[in-house]
Amino acid sequence: MSFWFFCVCVIMLAVIGVYCLLYTYSLMRALIGIEILIKAVTLLIIAVGYFSQHLALAQSLVITLIVMEVVIMVVAAGIVLGLHHYQKDLDIRKLRELKG
Amino acid sequence: MVGSFIFVPILLLMIVNVLSFSHKSKLHNILFGFGLLTALAQIALVLWPNKNFWQLTANYQFNVIKFNLAADNLTLVMLLAIGLVGLIALIVARGLINDVDQEYNFTNLWFIALTGMNGLVLATDIFSLYVFIEITAVASFILIALTKERDALEGAFKYVIFSSFATVLMLAAIALLVFFAGDTSFAAIANAIKANPGNSLILMGLILYLLSVFIKSGLIPFHGWLPDAYSAAPAITSIFIAGIVTKVVGIYPLIRFVQLTGTLADPLRNILLLVGGTSIVIAALSALGQTNFKRLLAYSSISQMGYIVLGLAAGSALGLAGAILHIFNHAVFKSLLFINAAAVEKQTGTLDIDKMGGLAEKMPYTGATSAIASLSTAGIPPLSGFWSKLLIIIALWNAQLYFYATVAVLASLLTLGYMLTLQRKVFFGQLENAFYETKEAGWQLVLPSLLLAGIILGLGLGFPWLINTWLIPIGKIL
Amino acid sequence: MRLGNLEIEIIIALFLVLTALWTVMARSLLRAAIGLALTSAMLTVMMYKLNAPLAAVFELSVCSGLISVIFITTISLTQPLTWAEIYEHERERLSRFRPLPFIILLLGLFFWLVKVDLALPTVVAEKVTDVRVVLWSLRQLDLVGQIICLLAGAFGVTILFKAWRGK
Repeated sequence: MSFWFFCVCVIMLAVIGVYCLLYTYSLMRALIGIEILIKAVTLLIIAVGYFSQHLALAQSLVITLIVMEVVIMVVAAGIVLGLHHYQKDLDIRKLRELKG
Repeated sequence: MVGSFIFVPILLLMIVNVLSFSHKSKLHNILFGFGLLTALAQIALVLWPNKNFWQLTANYQFNVIKFNLAADNLTLVMLLAIGLVGLIALIVARGLINDVDQEYNFTNLWFIALTGMNGLVLATDIFSLYVFIEITAVASFILIALTKERDALEGAFKYVIFSSFATVLMLAAIALLVFFAGDTSFAAIANAIKANPGNSLILMGLILYLLSVFIKSGLIPFHGWLPDAYSAAPAITSIFIAGIVTKVVGIYPLIRFVQLTGTLADPLRNILLLVGGTSIVIAALSALGQTNFKRLLAYSSISQMGYIVLGLAAGSALGLAGAILHIFNHAVFKSLLFINAAAVEKQTGTLDIDKMGGLAEKMPYTGATSAIASLSTAGIPPLSGFWSKLLIIIALWNAQLYFYATVAVLASLLTLGYMLTLQRKVFFGQLENAFYETKEAGWQLVLPSLLLAGIILGLGLGFPWLINTWLIPIGKIL
Repeated sequence: MRLGNLEIEIIIALFLVLTALWTVMARSLLRAAIGLALTSAMLTVMMYKLNAPLAAVFELSVCSGLISVIFITTISLTQPLTWAEIYEHERERLSRFRPLPFIILLLGLFFWLVKVDLALPTVVAEKVTDVRVVLWSLRQLDLVGQIICLLAGAFGVTILFKAWRGK
């Protein structure tokens, strides 16, 4: 398999993630979109490590990245729970009140 | 020993948190004292540099721990700004937050954000840069959501989404650059960029990195989160976040980027110029139409970020010096303006500038300091903001970017326009009946305001001394 | 790209994209969270095939395990709609997501047919090939960063998840 093959995988995952971010009205689904984007970038880092024969470096980067990802998701989930306390559903359109 | 900028705050934080007192206020007083000491020590170490401290690497100290941290003059300026705004925020928090629990939480997160920012400006490795950006970002998400009010949570959620997206872009950029460099250190990446001119993957990586820092610093057209996050956050958080956090998280990586790439390739330079110019003009025009005090300041912040980006795009030592001075100036006058906004909100209960008027009569210190900060923002001599803008404009002119130099000058007039509107509506004119009873905010807000106003005046008047001792050496890091 | 013999990576990649697609299109949030776990699991397999077993274990246990637990907890705490409402809501939502599979299919076809020559760097093998050494000796700063970040997360949990006092 060539590096380009993995690039295509990453691009497809990234398109799915961005589409999800742009076209969803649900807070949780926005977080899921972010998660898919992070999956894409994890795959890219590992593929880069594989093809440049720097897998030890790539793996240690991915391990750190995964820890950061968890912390972000925990905090984001806390914020979603707080918002749910006020608006009783997870519709993102109600957030747009703030814009203007 | 520069590692102590990371270790000391985090150790102090851990020590206080394992202590158990029955009274939270006692615990908080200890934590607050440690915070003051940390910030003061940080300022002192930068202002009176000790060669032994700055050059001793951690390797000498512990055989177990090896860190790649280093400080150059840019780092020193950033550390000074972080220490200064951190100190101010800590003092102002005492006046703004009444609930002990909340104040304790704020101080804890303040420590983490401070550690994150210190690590960020000291890192010599692009992945460590990302790690510390993430730490600072997590602390600021929680700081924005601190009061758990609805608007604050919404602002925090928007920031989470935009910031995470930017993070993903930055990681992709890091992956592509590491492919060529084989290592994550700045030096290796700079070599790889120089060795492979015109490589499409490297160019892709650089563009992704740029997009990421643009989103993180909220430049137009990537500014969707910034006005909401700034205006919805609790008063104390917006002082801290707007004053320093987003600048360190967004603009500092941009400066390192310019330093990494050396002379900017034309497409990248054009992107910087375009984004900088658009941000200055569009954000200034948007600020003119705002009626919310903090929202106006948020747009003004974007506009000032545009100046910094233009200064970097000029690609000369002078432009870089101007940009760095402008970051420091911006940290000073924007935190001052946000403190003024907080004082006004605390005493009148509103942020709607249409409802205010004549408050200078009742709040003389707030009125006077905010006038100084506004004029400095607009670049009126001899205040400090004038000098940094002047340097940036001269650098643009020398680089034969006449159009952008003209834009920068004309946008200064717009800045003056919205700042004077703000002053006229809030502090001058007829005193509204509702505000006859209004008093000046407490010393916790007045004292920091006076200190910051003093710095604006002092920097402006002492500029000729400053340029030779600090700024020209900074330019040499290029 | 080369159309050689069908290698196992192609099948894994196909499953990876399909599970991601299912995650985004899934009717209920709960299924979306499960889809995310499956995507993570597929990524784990891919990482294993790429000789990155240690990172793969992290991906499996943390992303596929811990993050799914967080998501499913949050979803079950915030699921306010009845199933009928979800059904109604989802019909409208799916109409917005209907183009996505076609976009992905077109992208896949496009990249399959278009040849892109990437100028890859010459490979210089790593000096240290042991992950343990890289992580614990060369990247200590990242480990410290992880600890600070977890600390920040702990404060986040105590602040954000605290019970709401009678508001």
